[in-house]
Amino acid sequence: MDATATPIDPEMKRRRRMSLLARASTAELDATWAALAVPSDVTDLRGPETGLVMLTGRIGGDGGRFNLGEATVSRSTVRLPSGEVGFGQMLGSDRLMARRAAILDAAAETAEGAPIVARLCDEIETRLDRERQTSDAETAATRVDFFTLVRGED
Amino acid sequence: MYVAVKGGEAAIDHAHRLLADRRRGDRTVPAITEAQITEQLSLAVDRVMAEASLYDPGLAALAIRQARGDMIEAIFILRAYRTTLPRFGSSQPLDTRHMRIERRISATYKDLPGGQLLGPTFDYTHRLIDPDLVGDPEVPEPARRDGGLDNIARVADILDGESLIETEADADIVPGDITREPSEFPMSRPERLQSLARGDEGFLLALAYSTQRGYGRSHPFVGEIRIGLAEVEIDVPELGVAVTLGEVRITECQMVNQFKGTADKPPQFTRGYGLVFGQSERKAMAMSLCDRALRAAEYGEEIVAPAQDEEFVISHCDNVQATGFVEHLKLPHYVDFQAELGLVRRLRTAWEERGVLLEDDDSEAPLGEAAQ
Repeated sequence: MDATATPIDPEMKRRRRMSLLARASTAELDATWAALAVPSDVTDLRGPETGLVMLTGRIGGDGGRFNLGEATVSRSTVRLPSGEVGFGQMLGSDRLMARRAAILDAAAETAEGAPIVARLCDEIETRLDRERQTSDAETAATRVDFFTLVRGED
Repeated sequence: MYVAVKGGEAAIDHAHRLLADRRRGDRTVPAITEAQITEQLSLAVDRVMAEASLYDPGLAALAIRQARGDMIEAIFILRAYRTTLPRFGSSQPLDTRHMRIERRISATYKDLPGGQLLGPTFDYTHRLIDPDLVGDPEVPEPARRDGGLDNIARVADILDGESLIETEADADIVPGDITREPSEFPMSRPERLQSLARGDEGFLLALAYSTQRGYGRSHPFVGEIRIGLAEVEIDVPELGVAVTLGEVRITECQMVNQFKGTADKPPQFTRGYGLVFGQSERKAMAMSLCDRALRAAEYGEEIVAPAQDEEFVISHCDNVQATGFVEHLKLPHYVDFQAELGLVRRLRTAWEERGVLLEDDDSEAPLGEAAQ
């Protein structure tokens, strides 16, 4: 996902939101959870449940597809009492996290929840960018700078 | 023949209790946690995930702990767990071109775009045991260099620019799945790669080594190895968009092999491909060598070596299957053995009646005809 693209249409906005919520840390979710008045009677439409997603690759990186192996994925679909439906899904076996992500996804569709979830998503995005920059800088430090020894009569 | 026999429940209970005790070890030593295993024995976790064919570092760590560090046992446990879960779907192909690179090296080009990025490698270490690691010594932060990692070109693309390497067909057909359909030979290359990706590292390493030593034609170069984090994207039908589920660490190896050409195909480089869960360079390299060796028929090469024999390689590379069949021999075979015992006794009697050998209790006497 290109997280830096400015979300324009609602689908792209939701795509960005779900993709970021999938990457939320427990601490980030907990903090937002406290700030949000989560209704107690959320309806579970599906799950929360853990299952498998087959990860695929491409032969040679760019050829035909093949099945590499599976990953655990937890997912949840919920409906708020006010009617908004939310989806949550992420790698791993943490069903509770997936359900929280789904509730936040639904809350983002409400007037009160929208700014809180938006702030959380920005926070997650900032952290991911920072982590990537750090990791890139650490990898870049291991780049080999070749130098050629003087040889021959050139 | 298998016959149900009752008994041994108490012995089994006590054996498992003893196992739990030995697994815990000395109670004065703190228990190891899954987080410690995922953080500090991460390559063991990677291997278990790769060969169990299930990406979940936390569960893999738990399996390693449960198995007391026996890797194949841990792989077995995680593979078994996998079968209890429903399949939600398939991801979009992992994009190794744009993944977050943690290491990228090429043995074919020194100055390739993006450079040689060593990453967290054991290469160039002295392989001397390090007494400074005893205990919990302070570890300095990694060095950093600004400027980022833009434009890490693929080596295959560089060769492709000159049309000197075969191109992979980008046919978007749904690949066969060895976990869903019984294996039939010959296999498609996608199914073969799926098998190899979860194949035993030691077995594939030995086969790859055999190709280098002359058992099968092989003139390989490491075109490129890249290790990094790729985003997992999946379509959400309800929303009509693909969303990210998170990142997985993978290792990719592009092995480039010389090919002299045939009447139909020009001389060019051919490719062997390796893709493995986690940071697992040895496995990815071995996989790519095996993948290329198994393409012998495609290139009209003579199939003379074990590594080129698809049925041999694929049928024996899965260590869960292998350990199941080898280890089942220790289970009670009392009735089978009684049958064999009876048979050997009858054969022995018949043989002795023909007078070829003296009886056992005459073993001190000189052999055979000389005694007579």
